[in-house]
Amino acid sequence: MDDERIGPTKNVRETERLHSHFVTREQQEDAATLGMWVFLATEVLFFGAIFMGYTYVRWSYPGVVEEASRHLEIVLGSINTGVLLTSSFIMAAGVLLAEQGRHRAAALALAVTALMGVVFLVIKGTEYSMVIGEGYLPGFTAQLEPVSRPGGGYYGALSEGGGPVPGHEELFFWLYFVMTGLHALHVAIGVILLAGLAWLLRKPQGISLNTVRNTGLYWHFVDLVWVFLFPLLYLAGHRL
Amino acid sequence: MKATEETPTGENNYLTKHTLRSWLLTTDHKRIGVLYLLTILVFFVIGAFAAALVRLDLVTPRGDLLSSEMYNRMFTLHGVIMVWFFLIPSIPAVMGNFVLPLMVGARDVAFPRLNLLSWYLFITGGVVALYAILEGGVDTGWTFYTPYSTTYANPQVVTMVAGVFIAGFSSILTGLNLIITTHKLRAPGLTWFRLPLFVWTLYATSLILVLATPVLAMVLFLIAMERFWGIGIFDPAQGGDPVLFQHLFWFYSPPAVYIMILPGMGVVSEVITCFARKKLFGYPFVAGASVAIAVFGFLVWGHHMFVSGQSIYSGFMFSILSYLVAIPSAIKVFNWTATLYKGSISFDTPMLYALGFLGLFTAGGLTGLVLAATAVDVHVTDTYFIVAHFHYIMVGGMVLAFMSGLHFWWPKITGRMYPELMGRLAAVVAFIGFNLTFFPQFVMGYLGMPRRYHTYPDEFQFYHILSTAGASILGVGYLLPLVYLLWSLKRGARAPANPWHASGLEWTVPSPPPTHNFERIPDGSGKVYDYPSPAAPPPID
Repeated sequence: MDDERIGPTKNVRETERLHSHFVTREQQEDAATLGMWVFLATEVLFFGAIFMGYTYVRWSYPGVVEEASRHLEIVLGSINTGVLLTSSFIMAAGVLLAEQGRHRAAALALAVTALMGVVFLVIKGTEYSMVIGEGYLPGFTAQLEPVSRPGGGYYGALSEGGGPVPGHEELFFWLYFVMTGLHALHVAIGVILLAGLAWLLRKPQGISLNTVRNTGLYWHFVDLVWVFLFPLLYLAGHRL
Repeated sequence: MKATEETPTGENNYLTKHTLRSWLLTTDHKRIGVLYLLTILVFFVIGAFAAALVRLDLVTPRGDLLSSEMYNRMFTLHGVIMVWFFLIPSIPAVMGNFVLPLMVGARDVAFPRLNLLSWYLFITGGVVALYAILEGGVDTGWTFYTPYSTTYANPQVVTMVAGVFIAGFSSILTGLNLIITTHKLRAPGLTWFRLPLFVWTLYATSLILVLATPVLAMVLFLIAMERFWGIGIFDPAQGGDPVLFQHLFWFYSPPAVYIMILPGMGVVSEVITCFARKKLFGYPFVAGASVAIAVFGFLVWGHHMFVSGQSIYSGFMFSILSYLVAIPSAIKVFNWTATLYKGSISFDTPMLYALGFLGLFTAGGLTGLVLAATAVDVHVTDTYFIVAHFHYIMVGGMVLAFMSGLHFWWPKITGRMYPELMGRLAAVVAFIGFNLTFFPQFVMGYLGMPRRYHTYPDEFQFYHILSTAGASILGVGYLLPLVYLLWSLKRGARAPANPWHASGLEWTVPSPPPTHNFERIPDGSGKVYDYPSPAAPPPID
């Protein structure tokens, strides 16, 4: 709604609406961009905590992690890696096109990026159902029974008799679902943002270039998280 | 937009509109600050009520007032509410929101709508947490240690954790806003070393808010997952480790302790220099010390875990790093003291609170060094000694600083003066009550009284009675300001733009400030803390 509108007109700067608490548009743009970087820093710390958890499990039970990792769908995971990396490339192209003022082409690029995000999520869902089908959904592979504990009972714990899987593979699958699930949530949010931007970009003055750039930053971040998740989860058990 | 700014007389100020809608949909940083103030006061009353019950219960060794279970719930309630719903937002979200844009010469924070969103998230988190209390309460203590929280406590833990999780996002948004505002919205000429120290400390605080809170969010999320799913990385039966929880939780919490003290240091820096009529001594060192505290704060979490079974070498390192934090803290105390030296000191209410802060923070800080010594810590771990230590920092430090700042900026916020005599009285009462409450706790803690115990041996009763008596006096010290500040809203004298003859851009605008703060963006190239000389006339009576 602010900043530099994309369009063939040279005089976009004069037609700009500036929020009343900013003095210049550069200041407003810089604030938004810095804001996005700081937000991404919080995201790094957010994911960092669960990566710490992964490190703990990998360190404690290296053999178990490698064995369990081999039961993931590495083909689908690899395809998804390709999908996400390509989408990041198209996103970058979209930003370039927007900078050149080619709003329709940019809109198309963003729409394709969003679509590839959807493809990623569909593949991810397929993968989940396959992993669950093989009986690796932690917590539900063993029979669920209400367990009464001091201070009030709660449901969902493993039954005393069933017990946890001896080798702690469940912990690995639990991490797999939590980490990829959180990542998928971020992808889904990105898809919504990109679809919205693509829709607004149909019109020449629809959205500011800076917003496109900052959304690009977010998408690349989501991509980057996957770049770490893929080898840690899928490749842990594979050797060349 | 421009029309509303041409009202330097203060006739058309930010409080002029009265409709509920104009408050609930406001993006004005000043109004959001006021909304935060009202909200955290409600939480403060709830948290104080829980504390009062706990203290009353402890008057007798057998705890006749509450059942053991209710006692556990009450101290948990007190901790959760006071930490996340009062202390953390207290100065950053109330005074940071209100004063920081004025101090840097901006018309608003960088992202006004996110600012409003942050308040709504805070309210939502607070309501969810209160619902958890009404639904049955939580008895894990504010730290939610596993396996208490994941296995043994009642299911309301998840609700409570969700409340804190949501409130965490409001902290992140506030931190984000304050960082970007400081970076990008400073008035022309206002370089970093011309910024008031309150801005520096808020900046350091915001760095912590933004970088530490997401780790807390993940930890709380993992607790909830463990409750729902029954599989957990913190459950040793399944190959997890509860100590991992402690590492992650304390990665957040020691920095969070600095969230709860740094802004207070900022307020005190403003107040001491103003009421000593003297330029702050060693400005660059105090500014640098704020950032140093924030950085060191991320590296000391293991000092909570000396008895958790972490390796002895980690213990050494964390002990040394905890000692290092004392250096920037001491730099600040020495500089404040040096500022007072040969100053023309007047003992107005904000100054009384600030001087109280100076003493109590020093006491709290020095006992922190006692706790950072690994061998001594083993002796006093989980005793009243630690309870007294962190209350000296959080109440003696932060709450007094909050009161100091509230009185200092009250004329700016409301446009009214509070009754000075009552203010001074309340400050003194609170100081006496505080010390009577918590000093005996140092003694009984050192003698071996464990914290969080519902019943205790008879020999400690004397100290507990002293402590409860002190808490009653402290309660009066809190009630007095509540009464006379409310009174001043209607009856207080009209405040001039700069009642304290203070330096700083926030005092150049009328009280209360106009909606858009500055008619024209001010020139920031003046000297910071430009107080004339020690011989200048004291502020108005």
